[in-house]
Amino acid sequence: MDLTKLPGFLLRRGLKALIVVLAIVICNFLLVHAAPGDPASVIAGQSGAADPVFLEQLRRQFGLDRPLYVQLWIYLKSVLTLDLGFSHRQQMSVASLILERLPATLLLTGVAFAFALAGGVTLGALAARRVGRWADSFITVLALTFYATPLFWVGLMLVLVFSVWLDWLPSFGMGSVGVDLQGVEVVLDVAKHLLLPALTLGLFYLAVYARLTRATMLEVADQDFVKTARAKGVPEGRILRAHVLRNALLPVITFAGIQAGQLLGGSILVETVFAWPGIGRLAFEALLARDYPVLLGVFFCTSVMVVLFNLLTDLLYVVVDPRVEAAG
Amino acid sequence: MSLLTVEGLTVALPPGGDRPHAVEDISLTVDPGEILCIVGESGSGKSITANAVMGLLPGGLPVRAGHIRFEGQDLLALGPDAMRRLRGARLAMIFQEPMTALNPLMRVGDQVAEALRVHGAGGDAARRVPELLAAVNLPDPAAIARSHPFRLSGGQRQRVMIAMALALEPTLLIADEPTTALDVTTQMQILRLVREIQSRRGTGVMFITHDFGVVAEIADCVAVMQHGRIVEQGSARAVLDRPQHPYTRALIAAVPHGASGLVAPAPSAAEPVLRVAGLRKTYRRGGGWFGQRVEVPAVQDADFTLVHGETLGVVGESGSGKSTLARCVVKLVEPESGSISFHGKDLRPLSRSAWKPYRQKIQMIFQDPFASLNPRRKVGETIAEGPITHGLPRAAALERARDLLRLVQLDPGAMDRYPHEFSGGQRQRIGIARALALEPELLIADEPVSALDVSVQAQVLALLADIRGRLGLTMLFITHDLRVAAQVCDRVAVMQRGVIVEQGSTMQVFSAPRHPYTQQLLDSIPGRGWTPPDLTEAA
Repeated sequence: MDLTKLPGFLLRRGLKALIVVLAIVICNFLLVHAAPGDPASVIAGQSGAADPVFLEQLRRQFGLDRPLYVQLWIYLKSVLTLDLGFSHRQQMSVASLILERLPATLLLTGVAFAFALAGGVTLGALAARRVGRWADSFITVLALTFYATPLFWVGLMLVLVFSVWLDWLPSFGMGSVGVDLQGVEVVLDVAKHLLLPALTLGLFYLAVYARLTRATMLEVADQDFVKTARAKGVPEGRILRAHVLRNALLPVITFAGIQAGQLLGGSILVETVFAWPGIGRLAFEALLARDYPVLLGVFFCTSVMVVLFNLLTDLLYVVVDPRVEAAG
Repeated sequence: MSLLTVEGLTVALPPGGDRPHAVEDISLTVDPGEILCIVGESGSGKSITANAVMGLLPGGLPVRAGHIRFEGQDLLALGPDAMRRLRGARLAMIFQEPMTALNPLMRVGDQVAEALRVHGAGGDAARRVPELLAAVNLPDPAAIARSHPFRLSGGQRQRVMIAMALALEPTLLIADEPTTALDVTTQMQILRLVREIQSRRGTGVMFITHDFGVVAEIADCVAVMQHGRIVEQGSARAVLDRPQHPYTRALIAAVPHGASGLVAPAPSAAEPVLRVAGLRKTYRRGGGWFGQRVEVPAVQDADFTLVHGETLGVVGESGSGKSTLARCVVKLVEPESGSISFHGKDLRPLSRSAWKPYRQKIQMIFQDPFASLNPRRKVGETIAEGPITHGLPRAAALERARDLLRLVQLDPGAMDRYPHEFSGGQRQRIGIARALALEPELLIADEPVSALDVSVQAQVLALLADIRGRLGLTMLFITHDLRVAAQVCDRVAVMQRGVIVEQGSTMQVFSAPRHPYTQQLLDSIPGRGWTPPDLTEAA
């Protein structure tokens, strides 16, 4: 594409993204406040002192006694200055809570994403190349199985097999407790803990990519330009790589962009099952405790991620497919 | 010695087809520097023959018998890898659809270079690619080489395909309907290019086409195919001027030959049926929040009138706005200004409901008989739907549908069948019956015969002429094919880039064109130097 158009494209898209994020922030705020119960009543209930005076005092302390639009205005102002507020339950600023947990989630989802994408495209390409033969049937059945199995069940079975029966891999946490490890050992330890949750999170998408890649490759293989390549005397291997696979990857990229956004949400379940200390679990705990600032903070953070991934996908599309103009 | 000799080639079809063999007992030769045209209608096996020579037959079509000898070696005896090394180097092929024949994600120059590289000549690709692109008369070869295919027009892409095919100076070029998807002026340029390159290098060419005009334009020798067999073969002059086989004679008789077989009705002085004045339609694209809008003027200030019983042809190349013009008249497209007066009543400002009574009077026949009928509805239902919508009782509407099928020469038993059970020509008849069901006064035909084989095309045109005479229809006939226009239209309007550049009686426009664009169009009709022999008595 024309690289001179890139700054303008990024500027326009960035502006749009900002508006979208702002709309999401308002929606999140209203949604959270539409749920019954507020932090004051939860705290009061847990401390066993649910008298109206104490409740009122707590509400005033948290600013919950003011009209909703004033609360929204105060929240918006603080978000715009990147101040995500203070968690009264955890006695920490929301930003530092999230920053503390974010790397774990990014590591988990990043590895799961890369695994799903690389594995799925490879399997799909293999299946398309050997269409109708046993390798194709095997891959198709495998992909269908992963596609149809619920995520939590896969997680539990993996724990059962690899942790309980074989005792090869740890079943929870991000690192071994009570051992003093150095350098490479730390990396290996985290990798061992990462394996099962990443596999659980990635298998479903691996199946999706494998099926998508296989289907689009078969479709592209029927197109005229593949015949042109064959008429030029291009060897079959190169036809598959340079002509078929490249064109077949376009829908895969579209889907990967959607998945990248969804991974953060999907990680809540996996983080809970495997006790992975990421923001998914943070959100879950905050939800149970009605910890509004944390919940909103996590929502804000994930929505920014989704918008960012969308932007990245579009950018990638512009680079990969020359027909897509860097417009709007 | 001949460059290519095909002897007794038989290729099987998968079991359950309408015939056991795709091609049967095909024998032909191509000499160096000779252009052999293989002519036939769709399904006659001409593409199968070409693909067999290239070793590109799909898996389900095995060669059962015969030899293909090329430069002394038997191609059918070669292994896949040896065959691959010949393809692109000694034998090259170009295809019908230039829009899809190039990889959309690869720069044009890289695709040409790939042809060199896979045969071990990639070293001087940087020098050779611009040379090759220049040799097919592409302007600014360096810039074209850096472009992606979607930036190029159909004609430019076909030139790129030719450059790619000729990269390694093959001795045999196979061209499978290379100009069918192109506009007539572009077609002529490509035909000249093929001729020029072929004579300069002495390349043998196997040229597949369905168009006898193209044959007359470039062929040295002709082989006519029907149902997988060669029915007639010989020098171009002999086959074109003295066809022997009944099928060849029928095909040549079906070629639209300009001379209108119709007696033009005397233009009545009465009030015109349709008067279009100052019609304008601009397509707008893009926009969005911050984007820039792109405006494409599709029709600009179109003026024409149609009197009762007359056929006006609108001719032009793709993108000239002729279909948009037709669609404006039936309000499938909303023009932004101008007037469309039907018997003096301006239809343009009418609302959808106010338009409804006129829908009955103005009906349209569409180009693609495969796409314009709902595949899930029976033919009878499709034809009866219009009258029922306009208030005719169901039984009466179905009765009328039956009569109409008879009128378009289809068996009334067709009522209860689905569109996929019919051939292209039959579907177009159904489309005509559907349009006639509402007893329209004005019929708008948008390229009604463009998707049909030449013999079927002749039948449908004859049917249209017959119905028009019997029912006293007025017709607006959109076509890109000047020969068809010359045959069916009383008057023609020539469109170029949204503007009607010339308008007049068919005779006058075709014999004494005033606008340079009309002259250029007429000069581009393939085989205009050839007058088909009069075979009407024999056929």
